[in-house]
Amino acid sequence: MTTTDRPTPSILLHVGVIMVLAGLWYVLPDYHRAVFSRVMVLAVFAMGYGLLFGYTGLLSLGHAMFFSAGLYGAGMTMSMLGWNSLAGLGAGIACGAVLALVIGLLALRTTGVAFMIVTLMFAQVLYLTILYFNEYTGGDQGFSLRRAARQIGPFDMTDPATRYFAALVLFAAALAVMLYVVRSPRGRVLVAIRENEERVRMLGYDVFAAKLAAVVLSGALCAAAGATYAILFGYVGATFATIQYSILPLLWVLLGGAATVLGPLFGTLFMYYVVDITSNYTTAYLLFVGVALILLVLYFPKGVLGTVRERWLQWLP
Amino acid sequence: MAFGPHLLLALLEGLVSSAVLALTALGLSLVFGVMRIVNVAHGEFFMLGAVFAWWFSSMIAGSPALGFLLALVLAPLVVGAIALVAERLVLRRLEYDPEATIVATIGMLYIFEQLALMFYGPEARAVPAPFDFRVTLPWFGYSGYKLAVIAASVLVMLATWYVLTRTRIGLVMRATQYDRETAQAFGIPVGRVYAGVFALGAMLAALAAVLIVPIQQAHYLMGTDPLLLSFIVVIIGGLGSLRGTVLAAVLIGLTEGIVAVFFSPTLAKMLATLFVALVLVFRPQGLFGQAPR
Repeated sequence: MTTTDRPTPSILLHVGVIMVLAGLWYVLPDYHRAVFSRVMVLAVFAMGYGLLFGYTGLLSLGHAMFFSAGLYGAGMTMSMLGWNSLAGLGAGIACGAVLALVIGLLALRTTGVAFMIVTLMFAQVLYLTILYFNEYTGGDQGFSLRRAARQIGPFDMTDPATRYFAALVLFAAALAVMLYVVRSPRGRVLVAIRENEERVRMLGYDVFAAKLAAVVLSGALCAAAGATYAILFGYVGATFATIQYSILPLLWVLLGGAATVLGPLFGTLFMYYVVDITSNYTTAYLLFVGVALILLVLYFPKGVLGTVRERWLQWLP
Repeated sequence: MAFGPHLLLALLEGLVSSAVLALTALGLSLVFGVMRIVNVAHGEFFMLGAVFAWWFSSMIAGSPALGFLLALVLAPLVVGAIALVAERLVLRRLEYDPEATIVATIGMLYIFEQLALMFYGPEARAVPAPFDFRVTLPWFGYSGYKLAVIAASVLVMLATWYVLTRTRIGLVMRATQYDRETAQAFGIPVGRVYAGVFALGAMLAALAAVLIVPIQQAHYLMGTDPLLLSFIVVIIGGLGSLRGTVLAAVLIGLTEGIVAVFFSPTLAKMLATLFVALVLVFRPQGLFGQAPR
């Protein structure tokens, strides 16, 4: 980790990425603009996941619960209590953070395989809870948000251009948070825990507290993505709480490169287009998700940006 | 129906699901116990067993008994062969690293599920029961086939227990489970034992599926519930403990049968999953297991 030696290229690179994304709006055709709006929001979900999986080394199989906590936290306060979008966003993030705190306190008592299964099961509990209370949540069908609720001040989130730039703002904010965290001393402690937990404990750090903070921040980021998804696309549904949506961020992060800040964006974008293109030809497009997962763990465990960092750009955070 | 007979019916139904669940979970538990890996694709081996059972039995159109017999023999063998190939091609190359294996078996889950969708289709299809015999009780008639499923499951579990504790193969498996490196030093071909155990685990799941298809139809998404339930059983019973697995399967199967008759199935599943997650957090060795060495 030599990030502190040369901070400038990495800051420049990330500002550059955000500017490229902003510029793409003026270049891309309508369909791809819509895809990019969605991908940027989902990439924040993947970044939240990556903070825990990539940097802290905790493999969770239940992150769909944090995304849906944000999704439902925003969606239900807006549709049932009539809150505006900003309040809904805050409610969604708060729901995710509180849920992550509770889940973290319980699940961090376990390690390794047990941690994966426990997170998987808690996510399943949330999914079943959403189905059980279908009177309020709409169950499998979900519900859509009224157009009037999806306004932030003068900005109408149903307008494609506003939506694109709102997604970009969220993405840029998440990128800044990630960069700040992974370059801060606390972020270094997380990486150290991943590498050798016992030694970190011996050096006098409170490992449990550091891990818990990582879980809460990761949950809050994923919830922010979920809440934004509800506001931008106006749909809240139980599909986002299924196991599949816990697996997808894992795939995106693995593909882009675990423990890289930009990897999640790359992985999300690439997989989104793979699924998008293949689903034109076959209903069995999840086949490609499966094949990608196996090929990645077999031949490419560091992911695309992880390999790039190893070979050429050692300063890449 | 009065409360007593109703409860008896629920108990019988619960025993049938216990019987099938015990076989499926036994496969998962063997793989976890010996190889120390979590096979997320286990439910898909169950699904493949059901799909192949339909395929084999539909090849013999005239007699359902003969078709079922063919399925009973061939479906587990085919699924075992598939598992063997998957183990050799993927898991061995990952050197059974726990996290990489989970990701890879998730990949297998999607691949098997989607291949089934492509070649078998989205329909649910039933396999005719090999015999149509009803046991007449004073209050209601009960399918003789379901009772046969319970008996068959008990037989298979006894056979597995015998193989594990009384034969040379079982000794080799237990030695590998106890200490992989020492076993290797004593000339046990650990790689082949792993491959065999993985195939055996898949075959047990496939066998359970063949037994259940005359009651419940074959469908490409049918692997999810057995997977989650097997996880629950293996965790409650203590990871890697066979006796605990069987006890827990009976407990979970019966509770599920009874709760599903009297309460909402979603609520039952929700509470069961929460309970199991908390067991894993506060008592990781399971309710019946001993503390790890």
